[in-house]
Amino acid sequence: MTTRRRGSERPSRRSFLGLAGAAAAGSFAARASAQTPGAIRDLGETPTEYGKPSPFEDSKRWSRAPDATASSSNTPLADLEGIVTPSGLHFERHHTGVPAIDPDTHRLTIHGLVDRPLVFTMDDLVRMSSVSRFHFIECSGNSAREWSPAGAPNVQLSHGLASCSEWTGVLLADLLDEVGVKPEASWVVAEGADAGLMSRSVPLERALDDVMIAYGQNGEAVRPEQGYPLRLLVPGCEGSISVKWLRRIEVAHMPSMARDETSKYTDLLPDGKARQFTLVMDAKSVITRPSGEQRLDGPGFCEIRGLAWSGRGTISRVEVSTDGGRSWADAEIEGPRHAKAFTRFRSPWRWDGGRHVLMSRATDDTGYVQPTLAALLEARGRSTIYHNNRIKAWEVQESGEVTNAEA
Amino acid sequence: MPVTHAADESELTGLGSEPTAEELGAAGYTVFPDGKGLPEGRGTVSEGRAIYQQFCAACHGRNAGGEDAAALVGGRDSLTSERPRKTVESYWPYATTLWDYIRRSMPYESPGSLSDDEIYAVVAHLLHLGGIVGEDAVLDRETLPKVEMPNRDGFVSDDRPDTGGE
Ligand code: HEC
Repeated sequence: MTTRRRGSERPSRRSFLGLAGAAAAGSFAARASAQTPGAIRDLGETPTEYGKPSPFEDSKRWSRAPDATASSSNTPLADLEGIVTPSGLHFERHHTGVPAIDPDTHRLTIHGLVDRPLVFTMDDLVRMSSVSRFHFIECSGNSAREWSPAGAPNVQLSHGLASCSEWTGVLLADLLDEVGVKPEASWVVAEGADAGLMSRSVPLERALDDVMIAYGQNGEAVRPEQGYPLRLLVPGCEGSISVKWLRRIEVAHMPSMARDETSKYTDLLPDGKARQFTLVMDAKSVITRPSGEQRLDGPGFCEIRGLAWSGRGTISRVEVSTDGGRSWADAEIEGPRHAKAFTRFRSPWRWDGGRHVLMSRATDDTGYVQPTLAALLEARGRSTIYHNNRIKAWEVQESGEVTNAEA
Repeated sequence: MPVTHAADESELTGLGSEPTAEELGAAGYTVFPDGKGLPEGRGTVSEGRAIYQQFCAACHGRNAGGEDAAALVGGRDSLTSERPRKTVESYWPYATTLWDYIRRSMPYESPGSLSDDEIYAVVAHLLHLGGIVGEDAVLDRETLPKVEMPNRDGFVSDDRPDTGGE
């Protein structure tokens, strides 16, 4: 199977090598042809301080507005294996750009309805008891194009505002113990150090559960785009509540009703009322291979694989259909099954060369089953924008081309 | 109501330092719907009109009907239509949110540049444009939380899951 490159912003491997400069391209080409048994073989490169992907790889984030500071970029999910998103490919969503923060001067202040307000340096936080956990983050605006039957043409556009990392940090519950929460408290309000001081409220009950203050991502420091040096991480919940560049937590008697929990990230229903604090991301899955804009080179064996996740817990089952939802079979859930994390599913498939509509359907350990678009529209109408976790369909054409399909 | 388990002092790490009142004041604050957090100061509709034209109109339009950036007024009674127009006037449940958000994030390219008085004034102007407060309104920490927003009762809590599965 080959991946068709999309438009001019995704150069082919050949043109990528051309762009990489004549010398580098030349030496790679020479080595590639020289590494054959019986020929004299060239020595490889020397060690580097910070490694990069092979120049033959060209996975990239895609941004709808690459020059704007109120913008986002999508993870190329089709290029990924396993459950971890490489940190440099983690999706982005910023309202006022990515700030450059010196960790030596960064502080986290916790105050409000507490016995003793405290200010933490990064050193203080790193000295505390730590946890490392796999969690996805998904923007609740992910799959906003999926409100139309055919949705987006490839999985980067349809599902790429979701990524999964191993996060390391301190449990917020431990920090709240240090400051001593007063009994009248019921919410905590988090604030970022970006230009727009992004702010969201988190129910205290959740804050005391599994919420983390993360400084590590996939074994190294959290990336600037993900909140360096410190971010809130509210597992399983819509991404915008996991405030990046975290500088302040105010323990409070009510939510602040911040702009991003009233004007935005609320879900307007047909009767004119809007659901608010719809924090949890419901169970969702998508086939990443074969998926839109890929091409099967010819009939024969082709493993179907994809990702499933639920903000309520672990994925207990993923079913796959190759006939547009008429029949379903259980996929294999391979690898670790972390709660509120990407879970990889795989299903053996032999392509007969005919037209097939591929779909996946996830069930989580609460028994919740991923719905169809029709079921979502029936329950919510057409104006909710956020929280689209519909079943997504890809169609394998007789030519081997894979396109988005109505479902 | 959730309460942290009363941690025994000896179980605490003791890490972190207690800020002075001055340090705490400089750390920042949040404005809440009941007015908690709102600072001293005041602003009128007419003061706000001038500030709006100077610092906001280029992006949000002369009458806040939207330009490069979102419309801030209009859209009332559109929420049940096929093309709902969500604005401060039609959608926002609390006037305090407008104050809090402008202080944090606006004007977009120089957030933090307005004084507290200027924020009260520009909020008054926008609420007046939206037909929510009168021409002679004076907003301050007492009056702002009392402003009744048209969509104050427009929000419901999360009642998902709302799809039955198979
Ligand atoms: C340079 C253009 C620009 C200027 C000037 C500007 N804004 Fe904005 N405004 C924006 C952008 C862009 C957003 C959306 C930001 C985001 O995506 O988070 C916005 C969002 C807003 C919102 C939230 C709208 C909603 O529906 O959620 C309000 C309210 C607002 N601005 C008020 C103001 C006020 C008041 C001023 C003047 C003091 C101002 N803006 C000046 C660009 C601007």
